[in-house]
Formats: sequence, C-alpha cells, structure tokens
Amino acid sequence: MFYREAGDFKTSYAADNQTFPIRLDRYRYLAVLFAAFAVIPFVIDDYWANAIFVPFLIYAIAAIGLNILVGYCGQLSLGTGGFMAVGAYACYKLMTAFPDVNIVLHILGAGFVTAAVGVLFGLPSLRIKGFYLAVATLAAQFFLVWLFNKVPWFYNYSASGQINAPERTVAGIPVTGPNTEAWAQYLICLVFVVVLAWMARNLTRGTVGRSWMAIRDMDIAAEIIGVNPLKAKLTAFAVSSFYIGIAGALFFAVYLGAVEVGEAFGIQKSFLVLFMIIIGGLGSIFGSFAGAAFMVLLPVLLKNLLVGGMGWPTDLTAHLQLMIVGALIIVFLIAEPHGLAQLWRIGKEKLRLWPFPH
Amino acid sequence: MNMVSYEPYVTEDGRTIGDAVMELRNITLRFGGVVAIKDISFDIREGEIRAIIGPNGAGKSSMLNVISGFYTPTEGEVWFEGGKRPPMRPYQVARQGIARTFQNIALFSGMSTLDNIMTGRITRMKSSLAAQALWWGRAQREETEHREAVEKIIDFLEIQHIRKTPVGRLPYGLQKRVELGRALAAEPRLLLLDEPMAGMNVEEKEDMSRFILDVNDEFGTTIVLIEHDMGVVMDLSDRVVVMDYGKKIGDGPPDEVRRNQDVIDAYLGVSHD
Repeated sequence: MFYREAGDFKTSYAADNQTFPIRLDRYRYLAVLFAAFAVIPFVIDDYWANAIFVPFLIYAIAAIGLNILVGYCGQLSLGTGGFMAVGAYACYKLMTAFPDVNIVLHILGAGFVTAAVGVLFGLPSLRIKGFYLAVATLAAQFFLVWLFNKVPWFYNYSASGQINAPERTVAGIPVTGPNTEAWAQYLICLVFVVVLAWMARNLTRGTVGRSWMAIRDMDIAAEIIGVNPLKAKLTAFAVSSFYIGIAGALFFAVYLGAVEVGEAFGIQKSFLVLFMIIIGGLGSIFGSFAGAAFMVLLPVLLKNLLVGGMGWPTDLTAHLQLMIVGALIIVFLIAEPHGLAQLWRIGKEKLRLWPFPH
Repeated sequence: MNMVSYEPYVTEDGRTIGDAVMELRNITLRFGGVVAIKDISFDIREGEIRAIIGPNGAGKSSMLNVISGFYTPTEGEVWFEGGKRPPMRPYQVARQGIARTFQNIALFSGMSTLDNIMTGRITRMKSSLAAQALWWGRAQREETEHREAVEKIIDFLEIQHIRKTPVGRLPYGLQKRVELGRALAAEPRLLLLDEPMAGMNVEEKEDMSRFILDVNDEFGTTIVLIEHDMGVVMDLSDRVVVMDYGKKIGDGPPDEVRRNQDVIDAYLGVSHD
C-alpha cells in the first residue's frame, strides 16, 4: 500500500541508477544510519558491543570483501582467515613501527598490504577455476597461519608468540588497548563499515563490477567482448583482500586486543565468513550484512534461549548451533542460493503490490 | 597503408561497398591431427554483409573464432584495416573494434539486460578503480554517457520493457536480441554473428533479419554472418563464402554461389561412381 514506486518518476539516468530507487527504501536507509550513529553509541554497553555490535560490523566488512570475490567475481576462496591474519599482523607491525601515525592510517595500510598479498595468491586463478582454485586458496590459508607462527619478526619476538595491540587514539579518544570504551570501539568500526559498504556498492554497480560479474557468469564471452580476465580477476582479489585485511586489522586491534594466529584466524574463520555470504546471499552487499548479523546473532540467541531460558547445558547448545548452521547451509544452497538477500527482495516485491492482486 | 584496394563493388541490389576491412590469407587451423580449416583466403569489405555457409562441421565457427582471436591460426595471416594482426588475446581483438555473438547464447545470466549491454561498452570505459569506488567525477559521468548510448540500442532493438529483467529469465528469442545488443554496444567496425537465427520461428527470424539489415544500413557496420537458413542467407548477404570439410569451395554473390556445382554437391550430396 505505502511501499511502492508509483508516482516516483525518474527523469535522469543518474536518478534511475541510484542505490535505493524506491523512496521508502531511502528513508529506511537514512533512519538506520541515524540510529547507528546518533542513538546506539549513547546506549551501548560492554556486553552489547563485545557480543553483538563490534563483531557484527567487523564480520560485515569481511563478508563484503569475500562476497566481492566469490559472489561477484565467482572465484571461490577459502583463504579468508589467512588474509584476515595478514591484515592483523600488518596492522600490528605498522602500529609498533610507526607509533606516531594515526591508527586509521595503520588500518588502511594493513588493507593495502593484504590487497598485495591477495593479488599474489590470486595469480593461480588465471589458470584454474572452481574447486582447484579453492584448494589453492586453502593452501594460502595454511601457509599464512604457519608463517605468522614460525617467523618471530611478525610478532616482534614476543615470548608468548601473541601480538598485543598497544593503546592508540583517534582525536584523543582511545580506540585500541584496554582503556577503550564500548562506544568508541563501536563507532570506529561503524565508520569503516559505512564507508567500505558505500564503496563496495559503487564498485559493484559500475564498470569494474560488471566486468567481475561478466567473468563470473560466462568468462569466455566476457573476454571476447573486451573484458581483460587478468585485470578483472586480480582487481577482484585485490579489492576483496583489502576489505578482508581491514576486517582482520579491526578484529585484532579494536575487538580482541590480543591475538594468537591459529586460534583467531584459523580455517574456521574462513568457513565462518563463507557461510555468512552463502546464508546472506552471494552477490549482494545487503546479503553480506544479513549473513554477518545472522551468524553473530545465532549463537547469542541460542545461548540466551536454551542455556539461560531453558537451562540446557552449554556444550549441547554449542553442538545444536553447529547442526542448525549446517542444516541451514544445505537448505539455502538447495532452495535459495541467493540467500536471505533474495528472500528480502521477494518480500519487497510482494509488498509493492500489497494489498492488491496485480 | 598497405591496404589492398579494389574497384568499388556494386551489389545486386545496387549498393556500393568499399575496400577490404579484413583479409584472411591462407588460414590453416589444426588441432593435433585434425585440420579444421585448410588454407582458406577471403576478404571482408567495408559495409558488406558477408555470409559464411557450409554443412555442419565445415569449420565455419572455427573461422569466426580465428577472426575474433579466440583461436590463433596455425598458419596464415589475418590483416585488419590494412595491417597484419599480431597474435593477440580476444579482449585485445575486441578493442580493435570486432564484436560477436555466439551460436549458443553466451549472455551474463545473472545480470539485467541493461547491465549486459552496458558490459558491451567496456572497451570504451576508462575511469580508474578509485574513481569508481568513490563514484567520483569521471566514473559517474561515464556511467551516464554510456547509459545514453545503451538506451539508443535498447530503443533500436525494441527491448525497453525488459531493461531491468535478469536475462536468465527471458525467452530464447529475446536473449538472442539482447546478445546482439551487447555486441552492438561496442559500436564495432566488424560484427560477427554466429547463427543469429538458430532455433527461431519465422516471425523471430523476420525480426532478426530486419535488425541485421538495419544495423548494416544505419550504422554502416560490416557484418560477417554464419547461418543455415538458405533463404535468409540469400536475401541478406552481399557475398557468400562456402566451406566444406575446412576448405573453401565457393566465394561470390549469392546467385553465383547458388549455381556453383561444387556447392550444390556439398549440400545435396553427390553420387560417387
């Protein structure tokens, strides 16, 4: 009834091309942004930040990054954990080597370092596809984790082999280290998420996004109409790794504060982010958010419901969670390969007509 | 310029076509022991519709793949616009102004009609990754400019109503039309059509024939056409190359080719006695 585009005429191609063509969508988007920036920082506490908001925002960045590679460019990667580790260790090295430089630049720098590493491990994609590429990226995962464990230079020869984030501030407010307040943690992640999501949207709707999708849908035809496959694939690897590197840097510096590489960035992390984009929706920015929210919220919800509410043992709940996620992935792959994002789209299509039949 | 010049060639319906745009000289293409194309030479002249016909397996599509750079000929030379073409990747050939459609539809099925045709203009888009990420200056301007050009093609092909539909959902005939649109979007000098009317009903064939003639007429695009429907070939094309078992057995205007004994033998079969 209210959700429709009737009467909302576009008079320029730019207007027709905007991200939210329907007016109500634009208002909803602005309302969400307003709540995220002007309401949540004032009410957030440590529990909400650590259990839900900060991991959700960081995983959303990683999921967008992986979605660019897998969902948009069609190159399957199982190296997400390894690339997040590159981001984390690059950030740590930059933070300790240049203590006077702003942490935001360190995090961006970590993104660029990861992008370079991503391109390097993306080179095999020029020759191999599908499962074989997945195995090649899996090798990257194990190699990178091994590297950060074995070479002491990466953890500055610390006795524990861990890396610890020293305190760094933005505009005088600590955002890393033990004195960080929940709202500052939340806000710095939020700013990164908003800017990166906006950039991802711009990339995917423009020339480079179309060349990625062309490679994904029909690589031979793409090359024959003029897409340079080398450039398309490597930019996808670079941009994707940039996002994942920033996610890794934030995960280490802002969220955890101290990291042991095998534990924080193991193969489970690669699968976790992959599950996010499968459940959320391949080839969709919104789906990356939906998937990240789902995978972050599910354990919290189950814990509160089953352990807190019904008194079940914790280990049983943890196993149940694995079973639920596994079942959902199978269901989504069979019934709705485009994930939650597609369900959302279908819902919106229905709403546009509601309550009329046509 | 090393271009071979010809007397202007006047077609049967009185149109004049010009110099050679492309020349294929002694092309041979081998896959291991299999000879797909054996020592074929012909030229394609500015503004003509050049048909390649022949029975199944004659090497027609291989020939098109040689022209579009998908195969590198084992022997022989491809001359394009007066210069010998070095071995190059298909996307480089596309940049030289050669576009094509495929025998089996090769659209980007997850993308909308609009995005498919926009992708056809990729060789003309120059904005940097950073500009695109920030949707800044050139990136934004380019998107609008190219959209205008693409909208003209959409109008020309009468597919306005499916502009935002994912092409995977479209019926076969429309998909073929979108694919033609994607090739046209590059504003090619040379357009290669691999069986554009395969599997179509009479009405769809008539529509497609009209589009091909209009492209040739209005945009002056040179067209190379592979087609099995002889009626269509004879009506549309200015000159015809006939292939059989990888060899060229006829070359000339449709009427002449139709009377050629070798061609009749190849198509109707000949008794060996």
